[in-house]
Amino acid sequence: MIQKKILSASVSSATALSAFFILAIVAVVMGNIIIEGSSTITWEFLTGKPTEGMTQGGIFPAIFGTFLLVVIMSIIGVPIGTITAIYLTEYANQRSPFARLIRFAVNTLAGIPAIVFGLFGLGFFIQFVGSSMDKALMPAGQLRWGQPNILWASLTMAILTLPVVIVSVEEALKSVPRELREASLALGATKFETIWKIVLPNSLAGMLTGGILAVSRGAGEVAPILFTGAAYFLPKLPNSLSDQFMELGYHIYIMSTQSPDVEATRGIQYATTLVLLVLTFALNFSAIFLRYRVRKNMAH
Amino acid sequence: MNELKTKIRIDNFNFYYGKKHALKNISMNVPEHRVTALIGPSGCGKSTFLRSLNRMNDLIEHTRCDGTVVVDNVNIYDDAIDVVELRKKIGMIFQRSNPFPKSIYDNVAYGPRINNIKEKKQLDEIVERSLIRAALWDEVKDDLSKSGLALSGGQQQRLCIARAVAVDPEILLMDEPASALDPLATTKIEELIHELKGKYTIVIVTHNMQQAARVSDFTAFFYMGEQIEFDETKKIFTMPGKKQTEDYITGRFG
Repeated sequence: MIQKKILSASVSSATALSAFFILAIVAVVMGNIIIEGSSTITWEFLTGKPTEGMTQGGIFPAIFGTFLLVVIMSIIGVPIGTITAIYLTEYANQRSPFARLIRFAVNTLAGIPAIVFGLFGLGFFIQFVGSSMDKALMPAGQLRWGQPNILWASLTMAILTLPVVIVSVEEALKSVPRELREASLALGATKFETIWKIVLPNSLAGMLTGGILAVSRGAGEVAPILFTGAAYFLPKLPNSLSDQFMELGYHIYIMSTQSPDVEATRGIQYATTLVLLVLTFALNFSAIFLRYRVRKNMAH
Repeated sequence: MNELKTKIRIDNFNFYYGKKHALKNISMNVPEHRVTALIGPSGCGKSTFLRSLNRMNDLIEHTRCDGTVVVDNVNIYDDAIDVVELRKKIGMIFQRSNPFPKSIYDNVAYGPRINNIKEKKQLDEIVERSLIRAALWDEVKDDLSKSGLALSGGQQQRLCIARAVAVDPEILLMDEPASALDPLATTKIEELIHELKGKYTIVIVTHNMQQAARVSDFTAFFYMGEQIEFDETKKIFTMPGKKQTEDYITGRFG
């Protein structure tokens, strides 16, 4: 009896300890970034351009670039992922070789390291698609699409986040009870009407969450845009799909490794990291909030 | 029984889940404007049979069937049949009430809207008439915008009945419609079934033999995928023709 009590007490304290350990890590990481970074964050920092070899000034071009990147990425990736998920869960025969092949492809895609997507984007979008477009559209020898730009970076990022979108939309669709589908079909609704009027509205919360999680994943990745569109430094904002752009994650990377004076950029590095974290957290929280709101609307 | 018009004629109907032979050579004539109850122990095939009557089993993979189910002189398993049109004619009430997570109004208007009825006045009429027919109107008429999920279990089931009758079916299939309800709500549903049979042909699956005896005019007893007996309810419950039926209704097994 005593032994059992000791065992139970030690298990519960061990689990509590490891939970505390994780909390502690988060607290240390966050605390460090907030303490070191917050003093640098000013209105000018958020809205200004980098100056003095990026040891001074702000990071607005990087914030804007990140924003633009995830917007274009979502416009391309979310519809494709959603339609794929609808096909997989609603239409495909679950045992058909074709459906299995798509599922296998999605799982494989999810397991590929981000840097490989970057290389793929460089090889496929820039050197193949872009160069072909230049040959067809531009005067001989001129380069417009056959070089890194925000379109290719967004497309690469869309492919990277596709598995996240597909899997979360699939989960959302599967969570719609069979009873509701049957009720609709029994009333003489077609399969499409049932999907459109019952399944999709009832899985909206899950789909939104999936979309936002994909965006926040995309906002945090640097490797895929390394070769496909991110710029070291740009004095102006991109104003065409064939322009390069600055990005928060990439900005942190170059400031801490490529800057002529790494020590001088320390404060900016912390502050940029803080901005990136706040942005990703804000996206995650809005996903949770949206899901909560939609669920509540559904219930009442 | 001769003077009754047959609404659904089932001939040598067999149904298979993969290799499992779930329904064996079922034949019966379901009379129009009467309540036909399907009784039998769990797994006897009564629900499968019910779902065969509006081809809901089509949705389950790896099933097949043979034989005929003739509704108004048309074999519903004919290749030329439009299943969607068929299901408009044959409504279904499920075991667990399953209102859509929408308002009461939108639940009832769902079917008519699918049939392209868009005019507000016409929809209002259908919603009111259907809710009256399902004996729910008086309880909900003050707030039709309330979610269907906010209703009690019994009210939800009546909402599902209103939703089904809103598309003007001729047949109503009910799969243990009161099994999840308390006795009071069950009584209400049973009274409702009694009223509805004037307008609809009703086939009801029930676990509850008293319920079958109370609400139905005809009863079919199923056992292990076979139809053991089909006759007037009075007769089944007073003078069953088969020993197995007698054993079941007197509670010797089940």
